[in-house]
Amino acid sequence: MPDERRAAGADAAPPQGPPLDRRQFVQFALAACGTATPVLVALTRLPAARAQEATAAAGAYDPTEHLYGMGIDISRCIGCGRCVAACKAENDVPLDAHHFNTWVERYTITADGGVTVESPNGGMDGFPEPEADGTLRRTFFVPKLCNHCANAPCVQVCPVGATFTSPDGVVLVDEQYCIGCRYCIQACPYGVRWFHPTKRVAAKCTLCYHRLVKGKVPACVEVCPTGARIFGEVEHGATPLSRFLRFNDVQVLKPHLNTRPKVYYASLDGEVR
Amino acid sequence: MQGYIYPNEFELQWGLLIVLYPYVTGLVAGAFILASLERVFNVKEVQPTYRLALLTALAFLLVAPLPLLGHLGHPERSYEIFLTPNRQSAMAMFGFVYAWYLAVVLLLEVWFEWRKDMVLWARQSTGVRRWIYTALTLGATDLSERALRFDDKAGRWITIIGIPSAFLLHGYVGFIFGSVKANPWWSSVLMPVVFLFSAIVSGIALVLILYMVTSLIRARPIDMRCLDKLATFLFYAIIVDVSLEALDFIHRLYESEESIEILAQMVESRLFISLIVLQLVLGTLVPLLLLGFFSPALRTTGRSRGSEELRRLVYLLGALLVEVGIFSIRWNVVVGGQLFSKSLRGLTVYKVELLGQEGLAMAAALLALPFFILWGLVTLLPPWPEAAPSESAAAPPAAPGAPAAPAVR
Repeated sequence: MPDERRAAGADAAPPQGPPLDRRQFVQFALAACGTATPVLVALTRLPAARAQEATAAAGAYDPTEHLYGMGIDISRCIGCGRCVAACKAENDVPLDAHHFNTWVERYTITADGGVTVESPNGGMDGFPEPEADGTLRRTFFVPKLCNHCANAPCVQVCPVGATFTSPDGVVLVDEQYCIGCRYCIQACPYGVRWFHPTKRVAAKCTLCYHRLVKGKVPACVEVCPTGARIFGEVEHGATPLSRFLRFNDVQVLKPHLNTRPKVYYASLDGEVR
Repeated sequence: MQGYIYPNEFELQWGLLIVLYPYVTGLVAGAFILASLERVFNVKEVQPTYRLALLTALAFLLVAPLPLLGHLGHPERSYEIFLTPNRQSAMAMFGFVYAWYLAVVLLLEVWFEWRKDMVLWARQSTGVRRWIYTALTLGATDLSERALRFDDKAGRWITIIGIPSAFLLHGYVGFIFGSVKANPWWSSVLMPVVFLFSAIVSGIALVLILYMVTSLIRARPIDMRCLDKLATFLFYAIIVDVSLEALDFIHRLYESEESIEILAQMVESRLFISLIVLQLVLGTLVPLLLLGFFSPALRTTGRSRGSEELRRLVYLLGALLVEVGIFSIRWNVVVGGQLFSKSLRGLTVYKVELLGQEGLAMAAALLALPFFILWGLVTLLPPWPEAAPSESAAAPPAAPGAPAAPAVR
């Protein structure tokens, strides 16, 4: 055994040259570390840094800092349909009468309790005068759009995960990824999704996400002449939406389905579905 | 259009091809369950249909994904359902359920069932056929008694696994519809069960029709014991199916939820022909009466009424009506679920186009395709007793040292 050990030690020793003393070794090691560190750091961090710079250049939008919703004050809506037109123009929605991200319904309730609902061309061109034959109890307008549900059935059913909820609470569709099975359209209780006739993917309201990331409000909110649509943060303190939520009795559509919508209606009538 | 529908509901999203899909998978599951009757539950009377039922299931399963593919907006992206399935989505299970059923259940069972015949055919034929059968045996040419016993045992076990798999295959399709809470016509816990039993009904009826037609083409006598048994099982399956449907119907009426009014309107107007006339009267009640009267199902003596000739005609007619009825069930579920507005205030219409990607011609072609595939399969792997290779010729070719089986004696 001792012989073996000696032999191993002899193998390990450098065969020639003066051996490094401890001071020299430490100096060499420090110098090596000092040179290598910045190179390694640069190599590993550079792509991330680039990406961060790109984000900063795009306006530094951080989706985790927001949670969006919309308030709708039914008593303020006059059924002018400008929101519908603005949405179609802003989001390249086909102009026919069967594809809408948002539309306006008119409810006409007669004295005997009969209810008529209409939405000619989604309300985009306004509404004809209701027949005032003395039996009218009241009428009102209800703007509809994607409720950006916190518990969205459309997101649940998408087989490939092409539709998803972004961190800021907006339900979006990745049109490069959607296979066009239309299960999400079936699963939506509110009928707000539609099938894009040329792109052949599911389409829907994005709350004008391309505007949100630039700090703007959705087009429908921007153009509403009466302020019936209130956009903003659901959770943060002093925003128009939180004020709306504080001073109104609000309801959501089809609450029994537990979809937990983030579009809140004030003065919602029980007839609205 | 009648009443108010949401503007986006004007277009029906799931049309004729999506009606076809549950119909076809139902036939697969039903035919397989029928095959399992002989294999697992030892109903020896239906033995003449065992192999035919297996090939029928395989032929229809190969076609099952095509209507789905034809319906997708982007069929070229369909592989994403395998690569990045959304685990929360019921539909994402499709690829896995389908692959399991095709590869693990049907192909394996067919292989074990036909392995001995394939080896013998390979030895007895020449040229291309010889190569095809040799390839199909996958090199497993051992025909020793032990090997054959293993084939039989494996086939039996695969069938035992296959029964819950068939339930999964079609129950899953029912779940796709039954789990949509947004749609009161679909949303029902009974949906997968109703789908399953209607599948069994349609599968038995299809194999009955195919058995009669193929016997006619081959000019062979029909085994009336087998046919009577099939008719009996068909009768029982319809009883279970119609009971479940009735339970669903009564439950809805009794609960009388907010959707009841619009659904009643829909059934009375838009679905009158397809639900009341085709599904209920022609597809269920008439076959029940025919089979109940003529088949031995309700006879304590176990004997049946009428001459054999008459029974054959009655069974064929009953089975054909059943197929129409089950297709109507699929139609009423898929299309019916989209004819009323989710605002529960109005009804829309569905117009089938003749040509086009989801038109009538396409659907007819897709429904005819499995019969062509079945014809190919039957040519390749004849399921008939008279086509079984003679075992005297089973001597291995005189190749010295060939690893052939010790000849079956």
